[in-house]
Amino acid sequence: MTETATNPAFATIEADIKANDVVLFMKGTKSMPQCGFSARVAGVLNFMGVDFKDVNVLADDAVRQGIKDFSDWPTIPQLYVKGEFVGGCDIITEMTLSGELDQLFEQNGVSFDKAKAEQIREANQ
Amino acid sequence: MRGNDAGEQAEGGAEGPWARRMREKLVAEFNPSELAIVDESEGHRGHGGYREGGETHFRVHVRSAAFDGKSRVQRQRMVMSLLKPEMEARVHALSLSLAGEAGP
Repeated sequence: MTETATNPAFATIEADIKANDVVLFMKGTKSMPQCGFSARVAGVLNFMGVDFKDVNVLADDAVRQGIKDFSDWPTIPQLYVKGEFVGGCDIITEMTLSGELDQLFEQNGVSFDKAKAEQIREANQ
Repeated sequence: MRGNDAGEQAEGGAEGPWARRMREKLVAEFNPSELAIVDESEGHRGHGGYREGGETHFRVHVRSAAFDGKSRVQRQRMVMSLLKPEMEARVHALSLSLAGEAGP
């Protein structure tokens, strides 16, 4: 994060992940995703009733590249919880199915609908 | 001769050159006990990153002792950094399932 001074997008990203408990950097918006991988993660969070901020990287080229450098992660979507990078589409999918995502939300005081999370797991057994 | 060619191709699963390249690199780096590379590009036809000829969207599963004690994020970073040249040149998306020998 030492590049903050040199990369102006970092300030925007830092402000977003500080101001919101759950932030999804994605292609498109939570109501209109523009990519299947972004759609999957946004869909899981929506279904679980998580209140999250969606940042559309397609709307800002500086953030689109900036978030990859900021997280040292080459792909979109990227999920942040309480300012910490959690992972991309594969990791969020695995964590949803294993129950680790529930634990992460519980540990961080993020409210979600546990019954809906169970419903996802039952449907994917 | 023709029969032989067809037989070989079926046996090899008709893996394309990019998949083969990734397979070689993954084997050399991680010495995996399980390795599967599936080209899912056709499912992404018409979507971002698709190219004629496929080999743009892959599902990759690797089980290796190299991932023991590593977090999910660390495991993915190890694979992404190994395959960075392929990602920059051709491959648009990798869906990764990375397991250690000790646990899941």
